Amino acid sequence: MKYVDEYRDAAHAASLVASMQRLVTRPWVLMEICGGQTHTIMRYGIDELLPKDIELVHGPGCPVCVTAIETVDKAIAIASTPGVIFVSYGDMLRVPGSAGDLFRVKANGGDVRIVYSPMDALRIARQNPDRRVVFFAVGFETTAPANAMAVWQAKREGIANFSILAAHVLVPPAISLLLESPGNRVQGFIAPGHVCAVMGIAEYEELAARYRVPFVVGGFEPLDLLEAVHMLVSQLEAGRCEAENQYTRCVSRQGNAAARERMREVFTVTDRDWRGIGTIPASGLRLRPEYAAHDAEQLFEVQSTRAPEPSDCIGARVMQGIRKPVDCPAFGTRCTPEHPLGAPMVSAEGACAAYYAYRRHAFMAAV
Amino acid sequence: MCLAIPGELIETRETGGLRIGKVRFGGITRDTCLAFVPEAGPGDYVLVHAGFAISRINEAEAARTLALLEGAGLVAEELGPEPIP
Ligand code: SF4
Repeated sequence: MKYVDEYRDAAHAASLVASMQRLVTRPWVLMEICGGQTHTIMRYGIDELLPKDIELVHGPGCPVCVTAIETVDKAIAIASTPGVIFVSYGDMLRVPGSAGDLFRVKANGGDVRIVYSPMDALRIARQNPDRRVVFFAVGFETTAPANAMAVWQAKREGIANFSILAAHVLVPPAISLLLESPGNRVQGFIAPGHVCAVMGIAEYEELAARYRVPFVVGGFEPLDLLEAVHMLVSQLEAGRCEAENQYTRCVSRQGNAAARERMREVFTVTDRDWRGIGTIPASGLRLRPEYAAHDAEQLFEVQSTRAPEPSDCIGARVMQGIRKPVDCPAFGTRCTPEHPLGAPMVSAEGACAAYYAYRRHAFMAAV
Repeated sequence: MCLAIPGELIETRETGGLRIGKVRFGGITRDTCLAFVPEAGPGDYVLVHAGFAISRINEAEAARTLALLEGAGLVAEELGPEPIP
């Protein structure tokens, strides 16, 4: 069996696959939301291991991929402002805006720095009181509490030169949009494990009940994903639609209340533009008015223009599970991780980058 | 970007009113904010994302996950270079 000997517990993996073979009576389309899971699926060839009738499509769960092109343009404008230190998670530097990216700003002499934690950005602000330090706060519910804490702490310590450009997105509204779209094919979801470590499972129970679709909270190791798919197929074949938890070692039903509390203190829900997809109501987080002094959106006068996507990028349809990266005419030719045309090719968690890393040889050989 | 890495909490201290822990991820050690896991203490294993512990996990599970992530080269990649103090 392909790749199965690479698994931590090959016998368990093989028995899960065999059990699915017996279970499946008809085709099912499942989506993993999270780009980290897409990466694992491609790396370990999980999609190729599954019974033919089970198709995995890849969701919009990569914050790098969904940050609106207008927001990237804003980031570039702020980073280009004299005297600013612009601080970001690494992946965002290569995301194409409508003209150039943050790397270009850095190459042209802008002070753009990469950090692992927003607390590092706060430290940079403390150390440079005469400079304006702006942190690019992207991410899903996993990352929002960390970014909230940096702002909360800045206010508490009176670090007046620290602000964030908030571009947070929320998972459940994106799932609703997918399920309500007329072209939807997805019949079951692997819910994002680390988002649920913060948020708990209640939101997914509501989605399961409202749309009569099963959810399984899944982890990030190959066996986690095989188990999650097995649990989804078991539900679907039995006609059940519940929110179950495969990733119990990290996710409790109630999630992390302390993290959510800090998030709610600092952020409030807002409509948000998703790259390529458009505006999704109540799908983002912005700073509350009490934190306006740390809101880069209000501190910097930057015009936001509606910038068009490069015309041949089908990233939006890839992220909605309608198309696969290899259906894109630019894939692997005009669009590569070194020269990404669209955002899903940038981060390792973008579906196009994952296909490029693990599938391009098979694909290129076939054409 | 939503990768979270398990590590062992070695010691804790207060800095600027926040509880900070030294967390060991295999061969790498990093300061981690413990504000969201007030119950965690030295010897506990925590799941860390963007410099924050977001949940506690049991030791056996943590060791297994960490070995897998290290094997794939993901721990060093995720944590990046040592921050300048
Ligand atoms: S391969 Fe590149 S251009 Fe094509 S959909 Fe993916 S990111 Fe867009």
